[in-house]
Parts: sequence; C-alpha cells; structure tokens
Amino acid sequence: MIEIDNVHKSFGELDVIKGVSLRVNKGEVVSIIGGSGSGKSTLLMCINGLESIKSGSIRVDGTEVHAPGTDINKLRQKIGIVFQQWNAFPHLTVLENVMLAPRKVLGRSKQDAEEMAVKQLTHVGLADKLKVFPGKLSGGQQQRMAIARALAMSPDYMLFDEATSALDPQLVGEVLDTMRLLAEEGMTMVLVTHEIRFARDVSDRVAFFRNGLVHEIGTPDQVIGNPQKPETIDFLKSIN
Amino acid sequence: MFDYTFHWRAAYKALPDMLAGAWVTFETAALSMVFGVIIALLLTLMRQGRNPVLRGFAATWISIARNTPSLFQIYILYFGLGSFGLHVSSWFALLAGITFNNAGYLAENFRGGLKAVPDTQLRAARSLGMSAAQAYRLIVVPQLLRIVFYPLTNQMVWAVLMTSLGVIVGLNNDLTGVTQDYNVKTFRTFEFFALAAVLYYLIAKAIVAVARILSWRLFRY
Repeated sequence: MIEIDNVHKSFGELDVIKGVSLRVNKGEVVSIIGGSGSGKSTLLMCINGLESIKSGSIRVDGTEVHAPGTDINKLRQKIGIVFQQWNAFPHLTVLENVMLAPRKVLGRSKQDAEEMAVKQLTHVGLADKLKVFPGKLSGGQQQRMAIARALAMSPDYMLFDEATSALDPQLVGEVLDTMRLLAEEGMTMVLVTHEIRFARDVSDRVAFFRNGLVHEIGTPDQVIGNPQKPETIDFLKSIN
Repeated sequence: MFDYTFHWRAAYKALPDMLAGAWVTFETAALSMVFGVIIALLLTLMRQGRNPVLRGFAATWISIARNTPSLFQIYILYFGLGSFGLHVSSWFALLAGITFNNAGYLAENFRGGLKAVPDTQLRAARSLGMSAAQAYRLIVVPQLLRIVFYPLTNQMVWAVLMTSLGVIVGLNNDLTGVTQDYNVKTFRTFEFFALAAVLYYLIAKAIVAVARILSWRLFRY
C-alpha cells in the first residue's frame, strides 16, 4: 500500500504540491489527471524518492520513503517507474538493458537474469529485438522495453509518468495495450496520464489534480463520467 | 646557390639508436596519459564537488595547464624546482610537465562529456535500485568514455609530440634527444631531423589507427 499524507513540495520559491493525501491499495490502479504544472508528475517522483519532499510523509508498505534511515535503493527495487522519455540505456542492447538491474542490484545469475529478461521482453512483444541497440527501435518499442526493464525487477508497484506523451500518435496504442495487460494481471499501478479514455477503462480510481492539490477523486464513472466540480468539467472539456 | 649534398647513410646508420629513442618517447607519452587520465578524473570530481578549496585548486590547475606554453611548464618543473633545492631528473620533469598539461586538457574534456550524458540516464538507473556508484560505473561512465574517446586519442598524439620538449631540460635518450646528439656531432641537421619527423609521424598515425580499431570493438552502438 502507498500512503501519501499531506505532502508538500516546492522547487525553490515555487510550491508545486500543497498538501496532497492519497492512498493506493494493493492491486489498485489509480490514474492522476490534470493540467501541466499541477504537480502530478512531481508527486510520482516523490513516491520512489527521486524527488525530495518538503513536509508530510509517503509510506510504501509501511516504510517511510523520505526518512533518513531508509534504504532507498532497496525500496526502489519494488517500485518500478516508466518515464515519459523512456530513458533507454543507449550503450546496451535491449536484452542487456533489461538484464542489468536484476544482475547488479538483485545479484541474480546471468542465466536467471537472461531468462527473466527474455520472458518480460516477450511479454511486451519485443522477443525479436533482443540483440538490437535501443537507437534502432521506435519510440513505442523503446517505451515497451522500458516497461520490461522495470518489470524484470519483479516490482510490487508500477508508476507511469505520462508514458505515452512523447510518442507519435500511431505508437500510443501498443504501449497502452501493454499497460492494460499489466493492469489486468493485478499489478498495483499509479498512472499520470493524458489518455482520459484509457484512464477511464483501466482505473479503479481517478484523481484530478489542480494547483498542487487533489481537486476531485473517485471512480472513473464519477470523476470522468459525471464530474462535480466546475474545474474538472472545464479540464475534461479542454482536452476532448 | 644550392650546393648541399644529402648524406642519408649517416642517418640510416643512426636508425637503431633513433628507434630506441622513439620507444622512450612513446613510453613517456603513454605514461603521461595514464597519470593524466587519473588526475583529470580527480580534477573533474573536485570541480563538481562542494569543497571550495578543492574546486579552486582544480580550476586553477586546469586554467594554468591550458593557458601557458607546455615548454614553460616543463622548464619550471626542472629549473624552477631546482632553484628551491628540489632536483628532479630531466625525464621526470618532462613526464610531470606533460602529465600536468594532459590532466588540464582532459579534465575539460571530461566535464564536457559529463554534461553530454543526460541527467535522466542517472535518474533511470537510480529508479532501478542502483546505488549512485553503480549508476555512474554502469551507465554514465561507459557513455562518457565514448564521448571523450576521440579527444583522448588527440591528447595522446599531442603528448607524443610534446615529449620532444624534453631536450630543453637535457633529456638525451628520447627520439629528439638522440637526434639532437647526432646533429651536434655530425651537423647533418636536415637528414636527422627529417628522419625523426618521419618517426614521430608514424607513431602518431599508429596511435590513431589503434584507436580506430579499439573504438570499433568498444562502441557497438
């Protein structure tokens, strides 16, 4: 379970998160929607400690993410994240990209790591690209590789930071399909997304962020199908 | 008006000695690169760090190394330290001088290379649970190596050519030193220095060729 409690975060003078509380239960898929600058991506980065917080607390399975004594590397092993700009490691092949962390972080044998990597890459439909360097892949393929790379660590949680925003429109579908598959398999997921229809389909709950706060939260049918607050209605209108 | 007769025989006879000198030249340059790279890495770290003394030290080193003649750098290390009672051999002064110069230039290259590896690579590596040290070793440094590889090759060639400055502090067993000895004895300046120039040229070309082969093997992407 991810428990976010009254979190504040600022970049210098700029307050980006102003007291967000959110709970994500095991097996739940929560989507975060909202305009740019609303703090949704930053919150995601705070969950696995890639960004620090100013006050409040974030706990993952009861472990305080931002406490000084926390072994953050250990904690990150169970929180996979997929970035908007996929961030493939260009000097490693697709297979090596996915094998690296299980070998070096989890200490798996080469054979075990390779087996796991091939399994995950097959899962995302890249079984025929094992020996290829990421530079030769399309954006969609690189993003699916990034998903496989995160999954190879056998995480309990997956965070998606606008995973399809940087992709050409015709490549969005393949990445969303991969994410949908993951949701159906019961992975606990937090998605920051602009794909409203997708969010409505796969999410258990949807949170609308505005000015660094959770403005409206509920089931997809409530927040997207029948929003109550005028700002939510405006936002949904603006992106349709 | 042109009554000089070439005497190549004398130069050919000196060839074995000159080749031995060329080896000393190459060795000195290679050693200065090994130390240069290590010091350059340290300087790069110092400059990235928080300690203002170390930052200032690194900035000063890089600035002096890149903005004064390498001839002076070697000269000062030999005669300058000598006047304080610190006597070092000609060869050591040369090696130290070139190393000082290499480290300054390479540190600047490394800094540029680090900037060229996006922060997001580090972030992605850390997100997979890697420690900062692992992320640098496995993700950042391999990419950095490729970016600085050709500047590194250039500096190696430059180091070979800089060793010829050893003659001004009395070095007599490197390629220039040996050549100068023969020149003084025979006054066949053109023949000996032309031959030496050919040898320098071949060493430099060989370094570039080896670097090219190495880069094919190292950088697969």
